[in-house]
Amino acid sequence: MAWLKERAVLVLGLAVLVYMFVPIFVVVLMSFNDPSTRNVYRFDGFTLDNWLNPCDDPAMCDSLGLSIRIGFLATAVATIIGTMAAFALVRWDFFGRSSSNVLIFLPMAAPEIVMGSSLLTLFVQGGFAGQLGFWTIFIAHVMFCLSFVVVTVRSRLAGMNDTLEQAASDLYATPSQTFWRVTFPLVLPGILGAALLSFSLSFDDFIITNLNSGSDVTFPMYVWGVARVGLPMQVNVVGTLMLVISLTIVLVGEVNSRRRAKALATR
Amino acid sequence: MADTDRRKGLTAYLLMAPAVLVLALFFVIPFYSLVAASLYEPGGSDKEGWEMTYHVGNYVDAVQDYWEPLWHAIAYSAAATLICLVLGYVLAYAIAFKSGRWKSLLLVLVIAPFFTSFLVRTLSWQLILADDGWIVDTFQFLHLLGDDGRLLGTHFAVVMGLAYNFLPFMVLPLFASIDKIDHRLIEASGDLYSNPVVGFFKVTWPLSLPGVVSGTLLTFIPAAGDYINAELLGSTETNVIGNVIQLQATDAGHPNTAAALSMILMVGILVMVLVYIRKAGTEELL
Amino acid sequence: MSSPAETTDDPAKAAPASRSSYDGLRLSALSKSYGSFHAVQSLDLDVPKGSFFALLGPSGCGKTTTLRMVAGLETPTSGTITLAGQDITATKPYRRPVNTVFQNYALFPHLDIYENVAFGLRRRKVGGVDAKVKEMLELVELEAQARKKPAQLSGGQQQRVALARALINEPEVLLLDEPLGALDLKLRRSMQIEIKRIQVEVGLTFIHVTHDQEEAMTMADTVAVMNAGVIEQMGSPGELYENPRSTFVANFLGQSNLIEGTVTSTAGDVVTVDMHGIQVSVPAARAHTDGGKGWIGIRPEKVLIGAAGTELDAPGNTVPGGVVTDVSFIGVSTQYLVKMPWGQELQVFAQNTGRDRIFRVGDPVELSWRPEYAFLLDHSQDVNAGAEEAV
Repeated sequence: MAWLKERAVLVLGLAVLVYMFVPIFVVVLMSFNDPSTRNVYRFDGFTLDNWLNPCDDPAMCDSLGLSIRIGFLATAVATIIGTMAAFALVRWDFFGRSSSNVLIFLPMAAPEIVMGSSLLTLFVQGGFAGQLGFWTIFIAHVMFCLSFVVVTVRSRLAGMNDTLEQAASDLYATPSQTFWRVTFPLVLPGILGAALLSFSLSFDDFIITNLNSGSDVTFPMYVWGVARVGLPMQVNVVGTLMLVISLTIVLVGEVNSRRRAKALATR
Repeated sequence: MADTDRRKGLTAYLLMAPAVLVLALFFVIPFYSLVAASLYEPGGSDKEGWEMTYHVGNYVDAVQDYWEPLWHAIAYSAAATLICLVLGYVLAYAIAFKSGRWKSLLLVLVIAPFFTSFLVRTLSWQLILADDGWIVDTFQFLHLLGDDGRLLGTHFAVVMGLAYNFLPFMVLPLFASIDKIDHRLIEASGDLYSNPVVGFFKVTWPLSLPGVVSGTLLTFIPAAGDYINAELLGSTETNVIGNVIQLQATDAGHPNTAAALSMILMVGILVMVLVYIRKAGTEELL
Repeated sequence: MSSPAETTDDPAKAAPASRSSYDGLRLSALSKSYGSFHAVQSLDLDVPKGSFFALLGPSGCGKTTTLRMVAGLETPTSGTITLAGQDITATKPYRRPVNTVFQNYALFPHLDIYENVAFGLRRRKVGGVDAKVKEMLELVELEAQARKKPAQLSGGQQQRVALARALINEPEVLLLDEPLGALDLKLRRSMQIEIKRIQVEVGLTFIHVTHDQEEAMTMADTVAVMNAGVIEQMGSPGELYENPRSTFVANFLGQSNLIEGTVTSTAGDVVTVDMHGIQVSVPAARAHTDGGKGWIGIRPEKVLIGAAGTELDAPGNTVPGGVVTDVSFIGVSTQYLVKMPWGQELQVFAQNTGRDRIFRVGDPVELSWRPEYAFLLDHSQDVNAGAEEAV
């Protein structure tokens, strides 16, 4: 009893964590489901078929392909221009700096449905109603990923001591050598983290995409569409894979920093 | 003093330009388009065009026709935010103060579930809360639910789905705030004759307030615009404003109504946020 | 970015120009202001080539700003910096033959020790990197750590890497910005000796910025005491301690008793001062006042203490009528506070030679000191200047 009292907060916290994983267990479990009918969504029997034939419904894999292409492209663009902006905001003093900070903050505070419908209004007013599709989705994704990239890289940069750059300069490195040999390698983890975040935001977005996609179908839109008529179990395969891939990336980073910390402790 | 000197020069503008351009073109200008669209004369169509008549009546009509989904969105979002705050605080506190060397691993676990698709996760809840699922069976056995009672399609399911999906937005800022609190302060409050409960409300809670404020905002704002949970876990009874805006902007063909509702939602949220921040006394947050 | 100008115009080997004959570092009328705050005010300073020079002062006195201007990390508001005859005032930091050991070392965390040390050579495209780095790591006794990352080293080792990384470039001037500030006391003592040894071995000019007076006196041949943006006094450690020219130096370097007095006569090389009715003499060379009034200074360890009425060793300056108010037994010495008839409490440090008895609180005593140890400071200065800032 005393043991429990001592650890009550920890036990409650872990209970919350378990709650967070409940639907994840279901996703992983259902990826091995052998459904008897497509209309009833329940676990009927174990099979590897879903994993072996992921593209049973070609429409799903098409939507997946579109999401991945948009994800990579939007991430690349948002990461590059977001990183540039983060450097300007942390390292430079210029007229309009604080209003730029506000401008960066606003998209993160605006509800998606409002951003999505206003973007659609712009496209329609601009005469692009007929051209909704890949490029309008891409533009929307760059727009909402951008702020998250800036914020992530900015916090990494702000935490970095600029005496390292002074030291490089003191040791005969020209400004461009200082940037590529000292600043960039040190900010890189922040940039990679921002890219990962940006990709998962893009890949997972439904509300803004749904408004601006025309007849193109991304993976979340595909799932939305089939949710009513019965879900192919391969959707759970994709869900499980997304979890495994991102967890691997995050854990590799974590193990690396742990190893560094351990080396530090046993010097 | 000298170390934080920022450089001056035109380079900053070159670096800022693309980002500002993207946000100006696709975030700020669309907002003006939205304001314009909200004042269109009703009765136009995308084919025949819309006439700008500064028809403020769109707002009145929108509120009259859709006050219920609007109210639903705010109420669900507020309830979900409250649940998130309680669950999130327990989790963030446990990770910050009680997890020892497992801290960073637990933080990874907090975000891990959210690497699967939002929609797939929500559909998973649909399955868990299904009428013949074990949760409903258990609730019926415990007489918490009538024999023909259900969870799916209720307000409860929608709120729970929202709370689940936006929990990390609460946990992470809370953790950041709580983790910064010097544990010795809590020991000092114990030393100065406060029992753990008093100590919590007099020391830990006030010091974690910045995290509470940003966590609640980060949960409330996106949850208020979400319609995925209401649609997948609710019923026709749980219609929310996000869904109305989506339908009016596309299939129903009333962009004026959609724009007016978007404006109402956004201004409504803005007012609530400002009042809330003022009450919480943390203006410096913005 | 390898312009031909960069390889030929090797900054570390810049040939001294013939414009000026001075081969050391010269700061002329150097000033730096931040808005209305004057961090450094019209500083003139010559640092001879090959010397170990210390800039000593409390935090905020402008010493670090001065150092950063020499390094090129800060642009002077006015004045010039010449090094070996060349004006380097506007030269970019990466083109100056000057290297810095930063306060918190500023080692590149993503590079190993070897690459940290090789960084400057590689930027200047100097040949024989490997041999030079190995030699330098040997000098600082870190050969075994070459492939470790900075985070894996202890504070003292990181300090030596920072030193090696700067020294390997054989700069005209090596700047050390509070280099030992982050180390514990014991390590600091051994690093002081180590750095001094290395300076003698390589024979380069070292400029060392510190707020620790003991560190400055142990390491440097010349110490400049800085206060509020100006240099108060410069000289060898012994000279500064024995013959301070301002109350700030007297209080900041060690401790001093400063007693008010009025100059009554100057005869030859002796100045006679009336100190609350007692005539004391001070050598003219040690009198730094032009007015009638002044502060008579005497270091506590130079003051002799004896029971009232006893004949003390010192000829001259004898001050009767004191009462012991506090006694602290330190071991090697006993420190007294003695209340004088005019109400001031003076400090006296007496060696525990065993010859004299230890006085108790309330004992009536007489104080005395040899005239040649006393100094006289200008009355216009704050008597407590520098006492608060001293460590």
